Amino acid sequence: MSGHRPHRDMILEVAGLTMRFGGLTAVSQVSFAATRGEITAVIGPNGAGKTTLFNCITGFYRPTGGAIRLHRPGELPVDLHALPGHRIAQAGVARTFQNIRLFPGMTALENLLVAQHNKLMKSTGFGLGAVLGLSGYPRAEREAVELAKRWLSATNLMERADDPAGALPYGAQRRLEIARAMCTEPSLLCLDEPAAGLNPRESDELSRLLLDIRGQGTSLLLIEHDMGVVMRISDKVVVLDHGKLIADGSPAAVRADPKVIAAYLGEGDEDEEAEVVA
Amino acid sequence: MTPAQALRDAALAAAVAFGLFAMLVGLRTDIGPAGGLILRSRWAEVALLCGIVFAGRLAITLWAGRRALRATTGPTPFTLALQRLGRFVAPVLLALALLLPALPGIGRYELDIGILVLTYVMLGWGLNIVVGLAGLLDLGYVAFYAIGAYSYALLAQYFGLSFWICLPLAGILAAFWGVLLGFPVLRLRGDYLAIVTLAFGEIIRVVLLNWTELTGGPNGISGIPRPSFFGLPFNMSGDPDSFAGFFGLEPSPSHRIIFLYYLIFGLALLTNWVTIRLRRQPLGRAWEALREDEIACRALGINITTTKLTAFALGAMFGGFAGAFFATRQAFISPESFTFIESAIILAIVVLGGLGSQVGVAIAALVMIGGFEVFRGLDEWRMLVFGGAMVVIMVLRPRGLVGTRTPSIALGRKRAISGDLVGEGHG
Repeated sequence: MSGHRPHRDMILEVAGLTMRFGGLTAVSQVSFAATRGEITAVIGPNGAGKTTLFNCITGFYRPTGGAIRLHRPGELPVDLHALPGHRIAQAGVARTFQNIRLFPGMTALENLLVAQHNKLMKSTGFGLGAVLGLSGYPRAEREAVELAKRWLSATNLMERADDPAGALPYGAQRRLEIARAMCTEPSLLCLDEPAAGLNPRESDELSRLLLDIRGQGTSLLLIEHDMGVVMRISDKVVVLDHGKLIADGSPAAVRADPKVIAAYLGEGDEDEEAEVVA
Repeated sequence: MTPAQALRDAALAAAVAFGLFAMLVGLRTDIGPAGGLILRSRWAEVALLCGIVFAGRLAITLWAGRRALRATTGPTPFTLALQRLGRFVAPVLLALALLLPALPGIGRYELDIGILVLTYVMLGWGLNIVVGLAGLLDLGYVAFYAIGAYSYALLAQYFGLSFWICLPLAGILAAFWGVLLGFPVLRLRGDYLAIVTLAFGEIIRVVLLNWTELTGGPNGISGIPRPSFFGLPFNMSGDPDSFAGFFGLEPSPSHRIIFLYYLIFGLALLTNWVTIRLRRQPLGRAWEALREDEIACRALGINITTTKLTAFALGAMFGGFAGAFFATRQAFISPESFTFIESAIILAIVVLGGLGSQVGVAIAALVMIGGFEVFRGLDEWRMLVFGGAMVVIMVLRPRGLVGTRTPSIALGRKRAISGDLVGEGHG
């Protein structure tokens, strides 16, 4: 599975990625590529190393070995494995968390404005200009609010815009976190188990939202346990087991792969790997 | 809780009180007429104390029982009433502060207290940026106050610079030290950050104490120039180039006090204005987001280090301004004015006022500093009364006087957010 040749439509390239925690190898020599404008799902049994892989891609861990590259049309690829966390987000990789991480004491709208921090900060003239009223900040803020409104209505949260994020129901918090990630205007959106804890109706809404996001040109990478969601919306599925890549292909092909079936049905191997949750 | 249960609960509390007070209050040894000790019993007092405990416990359980069933995330009726009141509190306080020197019955003593209160209001607002908005627990804020004071004193003494040049310099120097402290410590969180900032405060004080050649050590610096009215000194000569002479006024020592009062009033308002404006802008929102969830901030591309540093530097700068003002007001400074207790008082003002609330901090400073002066007549009981009052406030309002957060922006009407949802920061 190694030796991917970069092709033109690639957005994320993971090459020989290895992550060790002391003696434990959570991710070992994983290579795959995500295609621009597609939904790539990473699946695998518990402890397979999915979240570790995610944390490496989004800069929360520094990988022990290998490379992660973000390809942008007409530009040189960015080496994500060498960038600090906030730079990765600035390069265009947004993420959500398995255990939702909103700003609970701030309203939904404020959450979405914080997501546009870097863009807004530029308009304030290092923060000082806007204090003195010298910059184009009000206009920039109006535009930011417009973008926030667009995502609020896309995630069906418009009437909760002024409610504190912490007071929203669970499903709404999941949607708000996706809206917040999208407000950073990413080229790649990474979702860590977005359907966890949702009821079937909410899962359906989520699938529709993710397809919508794909339709607007953002590529998606998601970890998911809900096979219904994965099989319905993914263009490509990557399967990890015990930190190794065991399959990589279309949903139908992966579903029929005997190695995947063995990993999921189990070979009597129940040792849980220490999957570190962000 | 049914009344019968409440009665039983109160009786139990009274029994515990009896167990405590029977020996402590009920029996007392006195020196008898023969010079030996005699045992005196005071059962009436014990009965009174037990009665108070019984009635108090009964009242509390009945009151608490009545309000047991209530949503916890919504604001309480008490909070709502306070909010309605709060809309008037800020303008009234502002008007009062503005007109204070002109009010009848306000003498030099009252104005001095006013200056003191406003100094702490300003320090509270400055620290509020660091602790209340960015959620970084700073136990060494007084260090920046000291840096500001010594900056002014030394610059004025060695270079003869005037107050108006030194004031921004003192702020810049304090901010510089804030950044210098910030770089190594901002990777620390919570308790560790608090300990390091505490140590920083002490280091500054110890350096000031021991660097005798520069700072005069424990003797401090005296003869610090008083502020002038944009070049016109305050003196009793009546010369045309003194303040009183220039404006054709009767020379009076109160001119300088009134000027100092308005000076600190203006400085405090500047702090408030900058904070309020920044809170509605990306930087302020990023501070609050940092207090809520640092990891989420990183995932959104916010540079945590620089964002924390700006909070630290800005808080330090206002501390430095206040320090320069302190030095020019006192005309004498020594390391003794910058002990840990000062940091603790400023932090207490911020916590008591409600983290992040501007009005709350102002009221808390008024209550703490003003109250401390009012209770002066109580002598050694002052600390006890004062400590008791603080405990009562924190029990009744654990998130401070203003425990709610006002959103910085809203599509519809801004509704206060209950303090239960708002994070307190982890360092």
